[in-house]
Amino acid sequence: MTAVDFDELKVDDVSRHFGRRRAISHVSFSVTRGSLLGLLGPNGAGKSTLLAMLATLLRPSAGRIRYGAHDSATPGSALRSAIGVLGHDLFLYPELTAGENLEFFAGLYAVADPRASAIEALQLAGLADRADDAVSSFSRGMRQRVALERALIHRPRLLLLDEPFTGLDDASGAALTARLRALRETGAIVVLATHDLDLAEGLLDRAIFLRDGRMLDTVERPDGLRSTYRGVMSRPHATTVAGRGA
Amino acid sequence: MFARVVWLVLRKDLMVEVRSLEIAYTTLFFAVSCVLVFAFALVQEGRPPEDGAAGILWISIAFAGTLALGRAFERERQSETLRALMLAPAARPAIYVGKLLGIVALLVAGEMVLVPLIALLFQAPLLARPVWLAVILVTGTVGFAAVGTLFAAMLVRARSRDVLLPVLLYPITVPVIIAGVRATAALLQPDVDGEILRFWFALLVCFDVVFVTLALWTFEPLMTD
Repeated sequence: MTAVDFDELKVDDVSRHFGRRRAISHVSFSVTRGSLLGLLGPNGAGKSTLLAMLATLLRPSAGRIRYGAHDSATPGSALRSAIGVLGHDLFLYPELTAGENLEFFAGLYAVADPRASAIEALQLAGLADRADDAVSSFSRGMRQRVALERALIHRPRLLLLDEPFTGLDDASGAALTARLRALRETGAIVVLATHDLDLAEGLLDRAIFLRDGRMLDTVERPDGLRSTYRGVMSRPHATTVAGRGA
Repeated sequence: MFARVVWLVLRKDLMVEVRSLEIAYTTLFFAVSCVLVFAFALVQEGRPPEDGAAGILWISIAFAGTLALGRAFERERQSETLRALMLAPAARPAIYVGKLLGIVALLVAGEMVLVPLIALLFQAPLLARPVWLAVILVTGTVGFAAVGTLFAAMLVRARSRDVLLPVLLYPITVPVIIAGVRATAALLQPDVDGEILRFWFALLVCFDVVFVTLALWTFEPLMTD
């Protein structure tokens, strides 16, 4: 199986409803390879739903998501092998060791040498000496590092991160920031949803502000993220990107 | 690729179980308790009811199996690892088969304890024809677990999954349990009627084929969205 490769992720007027509740409403944006996009907004803004749709876990109720020439309507294995996801939950088996977890997922993603990839990933996470320890014995920060390597073990083109800074101390947060910058240099498309504006400061190529499932604004290379966030979120409901254009 | 994914999922499930022994202990304790209650209730003055052993064996398997199915998927829900499996570029039917084989392996291991216990308490010649008994047990267990694995995976996000699983599972698997009971009861006769045994066994095989085929066909769409 050959992974799909693409240079651009395009979200075109995407909406998602759960019954009568509208989780995402008419969101559009595109992001090219070598870019880091931030989804910012309060709880319930629709960030995780949008990430789930980008990950092909949810289908849009309306609109299209395009991964280069590929459409989200026909996800398939080849497209999924080009996507890495670090969710709010870490997708790790606590009973298994860090090495076993990474080896299992490397095998699922048909990585050529799962064991060697797992060892390399643990070295990158700075946990090579804990390879044989059960994940249940790890701190939240250590689990987060293993989970990031799990998401990256198949070298995805598109990396989706939901609150990746949760539970990380300052040093680990800085290490993650450096890792994300390095990934951007290698041509990955990184989309991250976060509340941690301080750690995201200076990291994002573009920030998309969401509230109640609507896209309020998009800012290129945002500086002073916290003040920008306050300014955007204090706008009245009607002032969305689509609304301003209308 | 299909077989490799099946093996990876199966091996992972067995490794997790060997480390925790959570499902093995709980299902075995539950099944043994069930057998003991039936033994105290039904064996009067050392005389067990006719064909009682076959019924008790399959009731214990069904109850313990429901418990095992619930726990196996609760584990995947706790760390959202089922979501990770769905995100992987692996064929989803292969993931289903891996989970199914893991459940079957656990139930068969439990049956290896239940069979001698029931044979002893109900004075039943369950071990007189061990090969036939093993074949019937495995065939029936596959049919029961095929439906159970599908439903347990479907219900993993439902709030009332613990209640819904048996409510949905038992009516559909009743034919498997009846065929299993009748085939096992046929084996316990002093003179085994080969024709009756083959009839119930063929029915079990038919149920397996239908249930596994339907589950393979529906697992991907049911697990999407």
